[in-house]
Amino acid sequence: MHKWLDRAAPVLTFISILAIWETLCRLLAVPSFLLPTPSAIVIAAFAVDIGQWWAHLAATLEVTLIGFVVSILVSVPIAIALTNSRFLSRTLLPLLVVVQSTPIVAVAPIIVVTLGAGLLPRVVITFLITLFPLVISTATGLQATPPELIELSRSLRASRAREYWQIRLPFAVPYIFSALKVGITLSVIGAVIAEFVAAEKGLGYMILFSTSSFKVPQAFAALAILVTASLLLFQLVVQLQRRFFLWSIPASR
Amino acid sequence: MTNAAGPVIELADVQQTFVSSDGTPVHALEGVSLAIGRHEFVSIIGPSGCGKSTILRLIAGLLRPSAGRVAIFDLQVIEPRDEIGMVFQKPTLLPWLNVLDNVTFPMKHKYGTVDAKDRERALELLALVGLKDFMAKRPDELSGGMQQRVAIARSLLHDPEILLMDEPFSALDALTRDEMSFELLRIWRERPKTVVFVTHSIPEALLLSDRIVVMSARPARVSEIIEVPLERPRSFETLSNPRLHELANAIREKVFSRKLAA
Repeated sequence: MHKWLDRAAPVLTFISILAIWETLCRLLAVPSFLLPTPSAIVIAAFAVDIGQWWAHLAATLEVTLIGFVVSILVSVPIAIALTNSRFLSRTLLPLLVVVQSTPIVAVAPIIVVTLGAGLLPRVVITFLITLFPLVISTATGLQATPPELIELSRSLRASRAREYWQIRLPFAVPYIFSALKVGITLSVIGAVIAEFVAAEKGLGYMILFSTSSFKVPQAFAALAILVTASLLLFQLVVQLQRRFFLWSIPASR
Repeated sequence: MTNAAGPVIELADVQQTFVSSDGTPVHALEGVSLAIGRHEFVSIIGPSGCGKSTILRLIAGLLRPSAGRVAIFDLQVIEPRDEIGMVFQKPTLLPWLNVLDNVTFPMKHKYGTVDAKDRERALELLALVGLKDFMAKRPDELSGGMQQRVAIARSLLHDPEILLMDEPFSALDALTRDEMSFELLRIWRERPKTVVFVTHSIPEALLLSDRIVVMSARPARVSEIIEVPLERPRSFETLSNPRLHELANAIREKVFSRKLAA
């Protein structure tokens, strides 16, 4: 019985919060444009055509995933460069810190003006917000390799490429995955920011559009879908690590 | 066991100076001379940070001496050579590979592929260290002592002439440590190697070695080389041999009195 309760606890918490929310809104007669009840949100969600939701969701996922994948592809070589060369780490790292220190919300409108209103500026915004944590974690991981293994590699006179491919990169995998977990949620944030600035589709656009016409329950419905999508993407990263890099997860035995 | 055929490893007046992070030079080794014969087991003991590991790295060709000469088989060491196998303080196995793949890793890392012969030799070595049944396990499923045995098997894969061991048992608990010492003696008997063994433990050095090199504190010099008169093969009984304790006390006195004088 205890075990059962333990397993059900997260779901029960969630349901309780929804129930309290619903009850309080009804008891206190909160206007729906301030805080709609969960039931009103569900009704609003079904009022919109399911195909339309899919289109918005697909648009947001497209930006999120392209931005995410591009930042992975760019961050690994940058991290290798940072670990490998003092010169590059002295030149590239300050640049990255500047990028990271710039509030992306502030730059987003400028990027849209520069790059137009298509997919590109949205991907760039997502990419910029995700890149830094990925680079830093990967570089940290590459440097976390036990020095003895690097000595072993040197004593075998193995190539630098093999040193990275067979020792340093695998050792960075736990660090990379920690960053990927943060990164995927950041990518969703980046996509939504981009859609706030300039878009004609996507869940971010849907939230902005709904609130501007006081369809607050509909905005909440879009938000709920967004949160669900973000959680599922996070789980996807977790499952990928489990499936392909089980050794990199500290044993909970 | 001084050998007529000449030493396998020779350090002649080796000096090693590092530049520390604040720019001042640090003399790690000064005038170290040492000759080690074929299949000799030599331990190096001395205070922490006295450059014991530096000597191993010089022999391994991972460091170049600031002055003096390091030679293996009378050839000056200018880069890492195939005659060397290394065992570190920590097992440093690759957690994503199973035991067998960890043992064959040096081949994979050096040549890109592992052939059937390498695998066969790895299995022999795993049998030698008593871990054949564990070949498919991951390192984290093994105890510390077992992991270090895998590391020893890995270091023997290319059948090196010289085995460099940098405090290999110091991370293990006392019981496992004794057990591993006897394991190492057995392995060394079955696969004779020239062993250079760095340790902090005087009894361990006595139990294992033909000769013990006692180093002084920084800048490290060879303060004494002691022949170990204990008979081989050494066994569990050797540990309770009163000679071992006398010798240990004598060495301890030497190490400490020098420290107090300094």
